[in-house]
Amino acid sequence: MITLTFIALVTLAAAAVAMSQRNLIHSALLLVASWAGIAGFYLWAGAEFVAFAQILVYVGAVSMVVLFAVLLTRRSHAELAIAPASVKRILAAIVAGGAVLGALFGAVLSTPLASAAAPPPAISVKALGAQLLGRHTASVLLIAVLLTVALLGAVVIASTNSKEDAP
Amino acid sequence: MNSSGLSLLSAHLPVAAAADGLLERLPLTLRDTFVQWFPAPTQWLLHHLISIVGILAIFGLFFAFTTVAERKLLGRLQNRLGPNRAGVPKFSFLPFHLKHKLFGLTQPFADAVKALTKEDIVPAAADKLLHFLAPVLVVAFSLLTFAVLPFGRNLIPVELDAALLYFFAAGSATELTIFMAGWASRNKYSLLSAMRALAQVISYELPLLLSVIPVVLVAGTLSTQEIVVAQGFWTFGLLPHWFIFTPWGAAGFLLFLVAALAESNRSPFDLPEAESELIAGHLTEYSGFKYALFFMAEYFGLTALSGLGVTLFLGGWQAPCAFLQFIPSYLWFMGKLVGMIVFFIWVRGTLLRLRIDQLTRLSWQFLVPLALINLGNAAFWALTGAWSGPLQIVRWAVSAALIVVPFVLMGRSLTRGQAPRTYRYAT
Amino acid sequence: MSLSPLQLCLLFSSALFCVGLIGALARSNTILVLLGVELMLNAANINFIAFWRYGPAPSPATGVLFVIFAIAVAAAEAAVGLALVIAVYRHRRSIQLQDANSLKG
Repeated sequence: MITLTFIALVTLAAAAVAMSQRNLIHSALLLVASWAGIAGFYLWAGAEFVAFAQILVYVGAVSMVVLFAVLLTRRSHAELAIAPASVKRILAAIVAGGAVLGALFGAVLSTPLASAAAPPPAISVKALGAQLLGRHTASVLLIAVLLTVALLGAVVIASTNSKEDAP
Repeated sequence: MNSSGLSLLSAHLPVAAAADGLLERLPLTLRDTFVQWFPAPTQWLLHHLISIVGILAIFGLFFAFTTVAERKLLGRLQNRLGPNRAGVPKFSFLPFHLKHKLFGLTQPFADAVKALTKEDIVPAAADKLLHFLAPVLVVAFSLLTFAVLPFGRNLIPVELDAALLYFFAAGSATELTIFMAGWASRNKYSLLSAMRALAQVISYELPLLLSVIPVVLVAGTLSTQEIVVAQGFWTFGLLPHWFIFTPWGAAGFLLFLVAALAESNRSPFDLPEAESELIAGHLTEYSGFKYALFFMAEYFGLTALSGLGVTLFLGGWQAPCAFLQFIPSYLWFMGKLVGMIVFFIWVRGTLLRLRIDQLTRLSWQFLVPLALINLGNAAFWALTGAWSGPLQIVRWAVSAALIVVPFVLMGRSLTRGQAPRTYRYAT
Repeated sequence: MSLSPLQLCLLFSSALFCVGLIGALARSNTILVLLGVELMLNAANINFIAFWRYGPAPSPATGVLFVIFAIAVAAAEAAVGLALVIAVYRHRRSIQLQDANSLKG
């Protein structure tokens, strides 16, 4: 419980500070810390495979895409410090988010959730692989097609046809 | 961790388990006697701390002597002596001075003192926090990968079911530190070369992973210890069943070597910090101990990748012949590791640096397709495991052909019009 | 009253969801909005794992499989989203959401 609270506080703090930073690179790096914290939560819950997949995909890959995107969409170093949005907008966002938070917290706290203090469900990587390529082959294939199409699409969208960029 | 490892071993390898002699268990015995001196509630903590301190001490020293070995071997390859001056230091509190040069073996300690006492320059415009965090994190992440390497029959710091995934997850986190170093320096050349370094590391991550997957496919597990156990058989007690001695394993090992060289920024793929062309790439604005930390992390990364190569393809801690099992398994592992490192130093002294376009082309046009073909090859191997007798020869021939034919065809088609090279001013 | 671990997990995930939501609503930088959405997705994944750990799961792999697929889809989403951001930037020289207000251009 203490570990969980600690992980939750660190993750939330990193995410909250990331969302309020003016410097985009700092935001991105703090979000990476927050994603790593979520991986820590998965480890705590006993889902090793998911935790390492989270680190591999988010800390290793998505963070790189984000950082490259940040660097490709600016003209000077100074431009990284983005102007904050209008106060009205921020207030509205906080009110809306707070309302959702209140609703969710109320729902969670008022629901009688039976939680057995059972050991985590044991699932070996081998069994997971058998499930993925046994019962869920179709989903794996769909995900594969989705990833291929998405990455090809991303390359097509982001690439330029202008002459000046050609080598 | 020990009991599960042992039960696993005894299930697979009755002969090996019997050979679990005194020397084999020596590190464990030492640790257990040490831990017993402390009160019971702290014992689990000490248990892990000893693993951590052991890794830090052994691989710290390993790093130190790798640098000296590298400089000496490179010196020999270039027909010079290499460092041979640093000897026994003169301590003022001692009445005598042992004036032996020790073959220059204390050079790394002199280097460490130099790095520690050098001025640490941080650019005025730098992002101070990130500039400081980058070298710290890079060492931390590269040390994390050692946690899942099986150094011996009973010596594995953390036994994980998804060890290989962990290894690559920890390894991919070092990419972030390259970016942090380049960006925090506030130097456009640092940033540009950080981007170059990232492009290299990301494009070689793919062949690296693809060269490892065949092993996972054939061994049927992601756990490094079980992969080593799967290689622990001998034909006639002499020929080891290491994965490198199969057609797909040999090809996978070669692909792994090339990708590991590129991943760890070693020559011939050391363009991110090519000393003679750029200053130091993304490390330009680093000096003193921070630079030494990056240097250290690079060697740790190289050692960890070599250790992974040994684990996956060279039989890990298994002895090459059945009758050589009396030598403790961790010595076999370290011996193979040293062999890999010396090979990498040899490559560095021999091959020329690539251009960035050649580098990325090699990865995407040659290594990745070849690794994919090799994956199919390994699938064939795994499916035909039951073949015996003359069919066994067919199996080997088909598997070898499956990798050699694409290699030759692709090599020819990619170098068409370029080879043989003609030199205008040299013969 | 005392919280059960499951409730604590759910509170954690809902708080993370709301941080992402507030970020996505309050910031006008497209990349930050995308990152906020990404955080919300992660909060959902936390719920899957929490219920897999403590809830009455029908099979020991369900929650883990869900999260693996969600991570794969999130990776695709991030790649396409950021490619779109780069394309918009190339067109408008800005990645403020307010500036991308017409389909023609």
